[in-house]
Amino acid sequence: MSKLVITDLHVTVDTEDGPKEILKGVTLTINEGETHAIMGPNGSGKSTLAYSIAGHPKYTITGGSVTLDGQDVLSLSVDERARAGLFLAMQYPVEVPGVSVSNFLRTAKTAIDGEAPKLRTWVKDVNAALEQLNLDPSFGTRSVNEGFSGGEKKRHEIAQLELLDPQVAVLDETDSGLDIDALKVVSEGVNRFRAREGKGVLLITHYTRILRYIEPDFVHVFVDGKVAESGGKELADELEASGYDKYLTKANA
Amino acid sequence: MTVTTDSVRSALEQAPALDRVESHLHPAGSFEVSDHEVPTGREEIWRFTPLKRLKGLHADAPLDGRNTKATWNAPEGVSVGVVTGDEARALRGVSGWAPNTRFTARVLAEVPATLLVDVPADVEASEPIVVEVDGTDADVTSGAHVVLRFGTHSKAVVVLNHTGSAAVAAVVEVVVADGAEASVVSIQDWADDAVHLSHHQARVGRDATYKHAAISFGGDLVRMDANVTYDGPGGSAELLGLYFADAGQHIEHRIFADHTAPRTKSHAVYKGALQGEKAHTVWVGNVLIRKVAEGIETYEENRNLVLTDGCHADSIPNLEIETGEIVGAGHASATARFDDNQLFYLQSRGVSEKEAQRLVVHGFFNDLIRKVGVPSIEERLLATVEAELAKNVLKELF
Ligand SMILES: Nc1ncnc2c1ncn2[C@@H]1O[C@H](COP(=O)(O)OP(=O)(O)OP(=O)(O)O)[C@@H](O)[C@H]1O
Ligand SMILES: [Mg+2]
Repeated sequence: MSKLVITDLHVTVDTEDGPKEILKGVTLTINEGETHAIMGPNGSGKSTLAYSIAGHPKYTITGGSVTLDGQDVLSLSVDERARAGLFLAMQYPVEVPGVSVSNFLRTAKTAIDGEAPKLRTWVKDVNAALEQLNLDPSFGTRSVNEGFSGGEKKRHEIAQLELLDPQVAVLDETDSGLDIDALKVVSEGVNRFRAREGKGVLLITHYTRILRYIEPDFVHVFVDGKVAESGGKELADELEASGYDKYLTKANA
Repeated sequence: MTVTTDSVRSALEQAPALDRVESHLHPAGSFEVSDHEVPTGREEIWRFTPLKRLKGLHADAPLDGRNTKATWNAPEGVSVGVVTGDEARALRGVSGWAPNTRFTARVLAEVPATLLVDVPADVEASEPIVVEVDGTDADVTSGAHVVLRFGTHSKAVVVLNHTGSAAVAAVVEVVVADGAEASVVSIQDWADDAVHLSHHQARVGRDATYKHAAISFGGDLVRMDANVTYDGPGGSAELLGLYFADAGQHIEHRIFADHTAPRTKSHAVYKGALQGEKAHTVWVGNVLIRKVAEGIETYEENRNLVLTDGCHADSIPNLEIETGEIVGAGHASATARFDDNQLFYLQSRGVSEKEAQRLVVHGFFNDLIRKVGVPSIEERLLATVEAELAKNVLKELF
């Protein structure tokens, strides 16, 4: 079971001129096993939505609710949300100097499962996950994201997705900055995750390109802090052909 | 040893040839105690140090108290022992330096004995030489003179490990002869009431390599000046520092890389963490590139991680350049709190805030701990960082 329900979510960030509303009432339900794509122009609030679900301290929730299988997500701390089954693959993964990837992964896995993974199988699992994402085993000894290329950071996020095995994954522009080979590798990783029982995916993207490899069940157009239109995957084809113009003029009008 | 006496003489003869540089880095040196006034705290080099807590070590406290016990090991080929009389006197200023403070002048003039670690030419010590200095009484003041002598093409690691309670003024002179590879690790793991005022002065020979690691965790007040001069071209010095100040502690590290010869290198990395009310750290990184010092490279860096409110880190890099002909010179200094984004990233993977902070602090120190390059010490440092963290930061989160 894993059902993520976002209802009328309002979010602000603090600016020099006081709080600024970024999310203006987002409503979205991701049922068990569904993949939803969110597409929208730069600055429309896609990352804000992702971070708000994960609980980044920069964002203030001013209204609405988010629940995972009925449990109030917004009252949980960041780590509690992760342990409840949420995962965020970040648009800009953070460098953590001096902390090795293998130490990081083991610590995270232990936290999520509530017990340390079995050493022998764990090392094998980690190596397999890295290899499937075309990351050399030597990444295990490198500091988390430090000196990784843009593409390596994204592939590292998906390796974590597969190893930590959450219920619902929010992928924030995992496709941006990837060449076509890396895009395929990353998509295969996401598809392996989707093939597992009951997993939900919220796939945030700017381009339709990745949707050729990861087929969404639903597509939502995100404009000016809310969902402007929802549909099936044909909506993505429409966006491919005509872009966001029609929504932007509507939003600005 | 003849090598040393000769090179001392040549160093002393050589010294006047260096132009005198008018700089606060260079109060005139003198072996005469009366040439050094008792500091008032207004002097540039004393302005951060709480003199009141020094138990008179900067002024006229007796230096003949018995408040430490020293024990050591000596691997094959290395001699370690206490020398007195003429032999000890001959070692005063063996690093080619004349005292620039009252306490260093007093130590050289008044302390009768010298602890001498002698690594003869061509000897490679099979294991670190560890000198354990254990304090027995912080109400008693004492002085200590230590000489670490690394012969030509020798290779050794010397660890000075300070524990217990004491109030000590110490001068450590290090002579790294041509082509030698010397590591000196000084660990200040004192009890809470200890006071330690020390000056480490090293002279690095031609093509020699010197690594100095200052590691300060314990004590009420710890101040160390770690200085380097060069005896010939091609010498290289790596000055490392790791400190962790808790509530009320004053930990002060000053370095001075005096590039007195061409094509020499200095690379300094000091990292500190602070936690608790009135934890205070000071880092002053002085580098002087003299006219003769063409083609040198220097880089110095100090980073402080502030873990709680109420602590204060001073960080002052100071680079003085008298020649334009250098390969590279740079510095960096930063004092920061936990990075919210790092903590968020770790927490978003299920790791608790407490554990995330622990990971970040370990990560902050990790590369430095690896640079110390002595495996037994690395393990101990990791454990000490852990213990320090357990003291304060983590406790507050429960
Ligand atoms: N601290 C801040 N001060 C002012 N505005 C901010 C702040 N943080 C975010 N914003 C604004 O919030 C809006 C939404 O940003 P967000 O990163 O969520 O957009 P996005 O849809 O993910 O864009 P992109 O496609 O470029 O990734 C942007 O207009 C951004 O400038
Ligand atoms: Mg974004």
